[in-house]
Amino acid sequence: MTATTQPGAVAGTPQPRSGDTAGAPAGTGSRGTRIVGLLALASIALLVLYGLVISPADVEMDDAVRLMYVHVPSATYLYVGCFVTTLASGLWLWKRTAGWDALAEAGAEVGLVFAVITLGTGSLWGRPTWGTYWTWDARLTSTAVLTALLVGYLALRRLDLDPDARSARAAVLGLLLVPNVVIVNRSVEWWRSLHQDSTLTRIDPTIEGDMLVALMVGFLALGLVFSWLMIHRFRVAWLSQQVDRIDLDEALAERRAEAEAEVAR
Amino acid sequence: MEPVVHLRATVALLGRFPALAGIDLDVVRGEIVLLRGPNGAGKTTLLRVLAGLIPPVRGEAVVLGHRLPDEARAVRRRVGLLGADGALFEDLTAADNVTFWGRACRAGEADITAALDLVGLGGRLRDIRVSKLSTGQRRRASLACLLARRPELWLLDEPHAGLDNEARDLLDGLLHQAVDQGATVVLSSHELDRAEALSDRVVTLVAGTTTRSSVPPSESEGSRTPERTGVSHVA
Amino acid sequence: MWRDAALVAGRDLRVEARSRVTLHQVAPFALLVLVLFAFALDPARQVLERATPGLYWVTVLFSALLAVARSAALDESGGVRDALRLSALEPAGVFAGKALAVAAELLALEVLLGAGVIVLYGAEPAGVGLLLATCLAATVAVAATGTLYGALVSGLRVRETLLPLLLLPVLAPVLIGATRAFEAALAGVPADGWPWCGLLAVFAILYSVAGAAAYGTLLEGS
Repeated sequence: MTATTQPGAVAGTPQPRSGDTAGAPAGTGSRGTRIVGLLALASIALLVLYGLVISPADVEMDDAVRLMYVHVPSATYLYVGCFVTTLASGLWLWKRTAGWDALAEAGAEVGLVFAVITLGTGSLWGRPTWGTYWTWDARLTSTAVLTALLVGYLALRRLDLDPDARSARAAVLGLLLVPNVVIVNRSVEWWRSLHQDSTLTRIDPTIEGDMLVALMVGFLALGLVFSWLMIHRFRVAWLSQQVDRIDLDEALAERRAEAEAEVAR
Repeated sequence: MEPVVHLRATVALLGRFPALAGIDLDVVRGEIVLLRGPNGAGKTTLLRVLAGLIPPVRGEAVVLGHRLPDEARAVRRRVGLLGADGALFEDLTAADNVTFWGRACRAGEADITAALDLVGLGGRLRDIRVSKLSTGQRRRASLACLLARRPELWLLDEPHAGLDNEARDLLDGLLHQAVDQGATVVLSSHELDRAEALSDRVVTLVAGTTTRSSVPPSESEGSRTPERTGVSHVA
Repeated sequence: MWRDAALVAGRDLRVEARSRVTLHQVAPFALLVLVLFAFALDPARQVLERATPGLYWVTVLFSALLAVARSAALDESGGVRDALRLSALEPAGVFAGKALAVAAELLALEVLLGAGVIVLYGAEPAGVGLLLATCLAATVAVAATGTLYGALVSGLRVRETLLPLLLLPVLAPVLIGATRAFEAALAGVPADGWPWCGLLAVFAILYSVAGAAAYGTLLEGS
């Protein structure tokens, strides 16, 4: 059997087993993702336009409010990612099909990306507004804890373990993710509300006009980026599982051949 | 008579690796069957499949009348597995260990109390911490945990290892006793002479397969496996 | 199931009684942490006194990490796992038994730390009812969560570093709640603290149920 290298294989994806090359994709891109990608880029451009140029500076927050157009959607998609992970973990425990496992992993990783964005924009926002890079406000604090939860989950996933055992443990952990997030959010919010600290990361409900549009564009842009990342990450996870997956008949044939050889000796 | 163990073309995986690539095995009640083969042949895996711990992915597997992997739970209650790792708690005494495992398996109190005596760990030795026992004494303690639950199918992985001659005689005696009471035994061993003397039949495993269909002569349709008094080698 | 729990709890506690690890190692460690906090925060009494509830519960959490790790290590070896699966014990019962044993050890530790905090930080107990209820709820919460996560990392080579990483963020709400409740009790306004105690109770129930449900899967999934 000849070993073939896949041109354009996504970096980091192990080479497919020789003989499996027929039908294996050249990468995780597809027409669908290219469309989503282009739309994402377009909407990011729009966001930059609206966010930085068209929408006005806020009365209180000045230009720092522009960070909110990224920060708020980012936090939302972080929660979406966690939700995906928990849902997929539950479905894996129920159905035990590998696709759910891949989806759970994708949700957590993409979620982590958005967690970092959320923390970064929140921190940057704090500087001009409050003079410090970190405020112990409810959202930022619970996002920090959530980031720790995601890091822990991903650490478990990366372990060098029998894949089925690893999936089972990760699934239990993933299933607990959303409940943990809910509890952490509630308790942190309650706690910070006692001190009447910053409520400023909550969007002023009377936001309107160009600022509202900018926020909506933010949701759109980040949503498209989220989807694009999810699709690619899921496919990478899926493909690497496929590579790990043995062709049982092949492996059996090998083992039996081994047996014949031994007996013949 | 229905076999206690019936495996046909059974395949089992350890992770992604097909540790068992095609096992044919029949064992009838009251038999003592020896599994032999080189390291890595799959003897331990086979024993764990029979215990209901590893689900077979292909082929047929029926143990004690229960189909695997669906009825694994039922199988687990009725077998006893003595592995290389003794499942003993180091800080507890031998008596504590047997009591815990006995009760965990819903064994009778009388059986629990008798078990340690039967393996020669009665008297003072009962109340010594396992961490202070010798290897041989530990093996006996593990054996006692097994004895207490009176399994119908005994699965022993290298049971003679680490035992002195006296203990080995004791073990053989216990196995014969168990068989007289209706149990069945499947064991693996590298101590071929002693184990062969003990067993009714020997099955050879090579790289996850039984090299020839290993049914007891009384079960094979019509034809008899030629050499069948005492021990027969299938190799 | 409860019979199984009693059997397993009895075993775990008997192991503790024979090996005395909690007594000889975890308890001194806990007291040492209290002392270290004093070094770090300088008994310019203001800071220590005000921070007492928080420091107390942080110490409990760190000690809990040790206790939970020990508990998980008991059932970690391959032979024990196999034997558990072959026994008639219900996984939920095993979980409950282990969690109860850890809870008992933690409660003893908390009493000791309470004495430590009174002596070393000059704390004055007040609102004892709330203090006790909080201890109870928080302990069950920590024990249940710890036992579940202990099983999650059991048998892994990296379990010593992974367990704290997984467990501490999850227990952050317990830390928040227990500290607030203690603060309210010591400040003489227990009414403020009882809702937090309620939160702890909910947490405890949640993880007790989750642990009992998931333990079987974890036992099987190697």
